[in-house]
Amino acid sequence: MSKLNLVQAINQALRHEMERNPNMVLLGEDIGRDGGVFRVTEGLVDQFGDRRVVDTPLSESGIVGVAIGMAAYGLTPVVEIQFMGFLYAAMEQLISHAARLRTRTRGRYTCPLVVRTPYGGGIHAPEHHSESTEAYFVHTPGLKVVVPSTPAEAKGLLLSSLRDPDPVLFLEPAKIYRAIKEEVPEEEYLIPLGEARLVAEGKDVTLIAWGAMLHPTLKAADRMAEKGIEAEVIDLRTLSPLDSATIIRSVEKTGRAVIIHEAPQTCGLGAEIAARLCEEALLSLEAPIARVTGFDTPIPLPKTEKYYLPDVDQIVEAAEQVVGF
Amino acid sequence: MPKKVLHQFKVEFLQILDEAGRVDRDLWSGVDKKDEKEVKGFYEAMLLIRTFDEKALNLQREGRLGTYASVQGQEATQVGAVAALRPSDWVFPAFREPGVSLLRGLPMRMIYQYWSGDERGSAIPEEQHDFPIAIPVGTHIPQAVGAAWAAQFKNDPVAVVTFFGDGATSKGDFHEGLNFAGVFRLPIVFICQNNHWAISVPLSRQTASATLAQKAIAYGFEGIQVDGNDVFAVHTAVKQALDKARSGGGPTFIECFTYRLSDHTTADDASRYRSPQEVTAWRKKDPLIRLRAFIAQEYGWSESDEQAARRQAQERVAAAVHEFESVSPLNPEGMFDFLFAHPTPDLLRQKERLLKKLKKEKE
Ligand SMILES: Cc1ncc(C[n+]2csc(CCOP(=O)(O)OP(=O)(O)O)c2C)c(N)n1
Repeated sequence: MSKLNLVQAINQALRHEMERNPNMVLLGEDIGRDGGVFRVTEGLVDQFGDRRVVDTPLSESGIVGVAIGMAAYGLTPVVEIQFMGFLYAAMEQLISHAARLRTRTRGRYTCPLVVRTPYGGGIHAPEHHSESTEAYFVHTPGLKVVVPSTPAEAKGLLLSSLRDPDPVLFLEPAKIYRAIKEEVPEEEYLIPLGEARLVAEGKDVTLIAWGAMLHPTLKAADRMAEKGIEAEVIDLRTLSPLDSATIIRSVEKTGRAVIIHEAPQTCGLGAEIAARLCEEALLSLEAPIARVTGFDTPIPLPKTEKYYLPDVDQIVEAAEQVVGF
Repeated sequence: MPKKVLHQFKVEFLQILDEAGRVDRDLWSGVDKKDEKEVKGFYEAMLLIRTFDEKALNLQREGRLGTYASVQGQEATQVGAVAALRPSDWVFPAFREPGVSLLRGLPMRMIYQYWSGDERGSAIPEEQHDFPIAIPVGTHIPQAVGAAWAAQFKNDPVAVVTFFGDGATSKGDFHEGLNFAGVFRLPIVFICQNNHWAISVPLSRQTASATLAQKAIAYGFEGIQVDGNDVFAVHTAVKQALDKARSGGGPTFIECFTYRLSDHTTADDASRYRSPQEVTAWRKKDPLIRLRAFIAQEYGWSESDEQAARRQAQERVAAAVHEFESVSPLNPEGMFDFLFAHPTPDLLRQKERLLKKLKKEKE
C-alpha cells in the first residue's frame, strides 16, 4: 500500500486495467505525451504505446462517437474529456446513442464505455472549467454516473466502472485531485456501483454529499459533534443508479436530512433525493429537508467563486436549523 | 468509359515580408497600408501586444493574474487583421486574441481584469461590436456565421471576422459554420491562427490534409494560406476578403501560418511535448524581428526609436496594470445581476441569502 492522491489512484486503476484488458484503449486530448491536462494518464503512453493511449483531434463529439463504435465492436474505450464544460459538445452522442444503444437494439449491441472528466469548482479556473452539471446526466436513462470522493474510493469505483457492461460517466472532483492523500491498496478491489457509503454514523441528522463536497460536510459534522449533535454522513458515490435504500434507512433513523451539492439548486440532485425521502420516509421526517447548494447561476470566475460554493458554515447552519426545528 | 477530372483546385500561399525583413516589391506595391506612419504603427501595435503579454505572464507568476493564454508569436496575425477591419464590423474571437481585443478598443485594464477572474473584465463597451472570447474551442464559429447572416439579412454594409486555432478546425462547429457560410454566401472571414499546436497535440494529429486553407474548398469558397508572421500578408489577405464579403462575394477562409512561442497557457509546460530546436527555429521567424528589420532598412528606425517605442508600450501597460489593480473590489452578488433581464423569484431569494451571508461576514 502506498499513499496516493486522487490523480495517482486513478492512474493506478487505469494502468491496472490496461494490463488486464488488452482491448482497453484510452482516447482524449493531450492524454499521451502530455499525460492529460491534470496528468491523470501520465506515463501510460510509455507503457502501452500510442495505439492504446491515443491523442485525438480536438473533437469531443467525435471522440465519444468513435468510442461508441469501438465499444459496440468489442473494445473497452475510456474517454477523457478535459473539463466537464467541454462534454456538452458530446451530449448528443452520450444521451441519444451511448445511453440507448442497448435499449434500441433490444440488447443486441451494448456500449461498455467510460467517460472520465474533471468536474466542479474551487480550482480557480477560467470560464466553463468548473461545471457541476451532473443532473443533466443523471437525468439520462441508460447512463451511470459515478463520483468518487477520495483516492481509495476512486480506484475501486473506477475499476468497477471499467468492467461495467454499460456506459458510465466518471466525474472526478478537480478540487480534490491533489488535495488529499490516503493509503490505496496496490492490488485490485472493486467498489460496487449503486451503493452509497456510510462515512460516519450518528443519530441526529443525515448529511448527504458526494465528491469534493463530502469534505466540508465531514468538517461540518465534526464541528457539530463539538456541540453535541451527532450527524450521520453519507457519501453517495454513485449518483445513478441512486442508492435510495441507504438514504432512506438513515433518515428513518435520524428523522432529518440535509443534502449538500455544489450544483445549482433547481433540479439539482438534491431535489430528487428530497422527493424520494418524501415519498418513502415522510412519516420518519421530524423537520423539512434542507438543501445546501450552489446558486442558480453559472459558477463565477475565481474572484468570487468562493461565494458560490457551499462552505462548512452553511452546512452547519442548515443542519442546526433542521435539528432545532 | 474513361474517368474524367471534374474539378481541380489550388491553394495559394501569400508572403510579402520574409524572415530577413525584405519585402517582395511587386506584392508590396499592392499593400493597402504602407505609408511610413502606418507601417511603424503596425510595429508599435505588435510591440504593445508583446509588452502586454509579457506583463501578463509576470503578473500570473506573481499570483496577480489567473491562468492566461499567451499570444507571443501571433502578433502579426492580429495586428494585420484588425487593421483591415472597420469599427462597424463584428469580431468573434477565441481566447488567444488579447491583441485583437486591445486593438479593437477594449481597455487593456479589462483584459487583465478578465484573466484575473473578475467578471467586470468581460463587459464589452457599447460601441464595440465584439463578442466575448470563447473558452470552449470553436463554439463561436457558427455564432459568427449567424451574425454575418443577420448583417446580410438587414443589408448592413458590415462583415464579420472570427478567429480560432488549428485545433478548432477539428470541431463539428467549424464544419457546420463553414457550411452555412458557403451555402448562404455570407459576409464572413474565417481567420485560423494555425500556431501548430493545440496544447500538446501537433497539427498532424488534427488533420491529414496538407493545408487547413484547402478545407474551404469543400464548402464552396476560397481558402488561402498566408504567412501569419508577416503583417503585410495577413493585412492584405484580410482586407481583400473583407472587401469581397462586403460586396456580396461571400466568405473566405484564411489560414495564418504562425507559431505559439510560449506555453499553451500558464498552466502548461510546452517542454513536455515540443523540442527546443523547433521553438528556436520559429523564434527566428518572430513577426516583430522581421518588421523591425524592415522599418530599419526602409525608414531608418534607429535604436533610439526602438527604445522610445518600448518605453511607450511599457508606460501604457504599467498604467493599465495600475488601473486594473486599483478598481474597487468585485461585489459577489453581481453574479445574479446579468442572468436574465428580470431576475426570477428564485434568484432574488438566493441573492438575499448571499447578501445576508456577506453582511454577517463583515460583522
Ligand atoms: C471544446 C473544448 N475542448 C477542450 C478545451 C481545452 N483546450 C483549451 S485550448 C485547447 C487547444 C486549442 O487549440 P487551438 O484551437 O489550436 O488553439 P490554440 O490554443 O493553439 O490557440 C484545448 C484542448 C476547450 N477549451 N474546449
